[in-house]
Amino acid sequence: MDQRDVVIVGAGQGGAQVAAALRREHYTGSIALIGDEPEFPYERPPLSKDYLAGDKPFEQLLLRPRDFWAGHEIDLRLGQRVVSVNPQAHRIRTSEGAEIEYGTLVWAAGASPRRLPCERDVLAGVHVVRTRADIDRVMAELPQVRRVVVIGGGYIGLEAAAVLTKLGKAVTVVEAQTRVLARVAGEALSRFYEAQHRRHGVDLKLGALVDHLTSRDGKVTAVGLADGSELPADLVIVGIGVVPATSPLADAGLECRNGVKVDEYCRTALPDVYALGDCAAHINRFAAGSAPIRLESVQNANDQATVVAQCIIGKPAPYAALPWFWSDQYDLHLKTVGLSTGHDDAVVRGDLDSGTFSVVYLKQGRVIALDCVNVMRDFVQGKNLVRAGAVIDREALADGGTPLKTLAAAAA
Amino acid sequence: MGTLYVETREGDQIDLQAEPGQSLMETMRAGGVEEILALCGGTCSCSTCHVYVEPEDFSRLGPMKDDENDLLDGSDHRGPTSRLSCQIRYREELADLHVKIAPED
Ligand SMILES: Cc1cc2nc3c(=O)[nH]c(=O)nc-3n(C[C@H](O)[C@H](O)[C@H](O)COP(=O)(O)OP(=O)(O)OC[C@H]3O[C@@H](n4cnc5c(N)ncnc54)[C@H](O)[C@@H]3O)c2cc1C
Ligand code: FES
Repeated sequence: MDQRDVVIVGAGQGGAQVAAALRREHYTGSIALIGDEPEFPYERPPLSKDYLAGDKPFEQLLLRPRDFWAGHEIDLRLGQRVVSVNPQAHRIRTSEGAEIEYGTLVWAAGASPRRLPCERDVLAGVHVVRTRADIDRVMAELPQVRRVVVIGGGYIGLEAAAVLTKLGKAVTVVEAQTRVLARVAGEALSRFYEAQHRRHGVDLKLGALVDHLTSRDGKVTAVGLADGSELPADLVIVGIGVVPATSPLADAGLECRNGVKVDEYCRTALPDVYALGDCAAHINRFAAGSAPIRLESVQNANDQATVVAQCIIGKPAPYAALPWFWSDQYDLHLKTVGLSTGHDDAVVRGDLDSGTFSVVYLKQGRVIALDCVNVMRDFVQGKNLVRAGAVIDREALADGGTPLKTLAAAAA
Repeated sequence: MGTLYVETREGDQIDLQAEPGQSLMETMRAGGVEEILALCGGTCSCSTCHVYVEPEDFSRLGPMKDDENDLLDGSDHRGPTSRLSCQIRYREELADLHVKIAPED
């Protein structure tokens, strides 16, 4: 049987980074990196941005050149799915029936897009946005598409809506909540993005529940809402969140309610099994509560990958990285630092209408996060405020003319 | 096409062929310069593509945008010729440019 010192499941953002970081630290053990996509490791953020827009070729999404993996003695196995984990025997099995014995197992399998409860049959024209293959399918259909319905007003849905609008499609966004970005941002930011999308011609339906998909000859023709209305559609994008990819771990006995539970070293409850990235429910020192959370970001996948690599080489350091994120829609560049969930107050800095402003999120008077739209300076200087949990007067914060670093210095 | 001369943190030299239209970050990442993480894929969000440009070459690059300047301000290792390599598109006037990868923040 094959044996590898480190077996990494999932050749995405986090898994690829574990392998690369181990080699950078001159780790000499054997490494297998197993991914079910046919693609060499690549970055996902452009999928709903430049790649969908046709502005960036796939080659530029590759995290490393194709010859990197073999060149660093990383046994990259693409197009293979790990279907089971036997923790006693320290073994995994792939869909092809191959078994590999591991010294350490790193679970970096990410998440799969959530599907609509009413999606019983596979319909042509209905898409999710997670992999290169998903986007290639969308792009292949686009020339025949006039009307698009995007279900879900989260970042991915809104980014796709922005790109498709720019490509000249008539786009409707359907959001079940009463505002977009409800899960990740405060109301001011939601309202701002709603206005921007409407200004660009997007038809935004808030508090709207999808009831069914209408089809003809196996192809979607409309989205039916609970209020009885039908939205005609040549193409539907379902962007309603993800389900962590953890079922083989759950079968192996791990607690996986919303992601697999890990400690601050990304260790699961099974010996020699780590998990990280989108699928890992972890304790985050920047989260408002003490409950485990999952983050879906490049920052989190990458920094947790570093934590795992450090553990494997015997230099463990707990996960303590500051969360950050970005989203690009139209000419709006959003940069986020910290985690706003659980805030009890929010202060807008600058002028919302000008499209250049930040929202500072507070909890019990302390700065816990910032959403910065086209204001790089606040993003950069806000990091220190979030790290310190700075207490700053609301009125001073609201004055966009005073740099945050001046306020931080005054508060210190 | 022109040559981009890269010096890694460890002092190794890597010579790359740069193509017009590509950013220096893209050229370096595709060329196997491992120290360039480029976490944000060139969207001016992460500064993990930070380089020091050879002083004689610096003025050839032209001015940087405010966003790049502000993001560089967040780096502990900003120097007089610091640039974010994802924000520099290669063009013919940049032939034979020399850069050094800045330390990790
Ligand atoms: C369209 C889109 C836009 C995004 N935009 C941003 C952004 O702007 N900024 C940001 O910070 N983040 C963004 N993200 C989030 C970011 O890409 C993810 O958080 C990150 O990729 C997570 O890394 P990961 O390694 O946990 O999972 P992934 O990168 O998803 O990698 C997991 C891999 O494992 C594979 N896999 C799953 N199960 C198995 C199995 N059993 N066996 C083998 N392989 C398996 C999956 O197919 C996948 O290839 C975006 C995500 C998407 C989808
Ligand atoms: S790649 Fe992120 S700032 Fe250049």
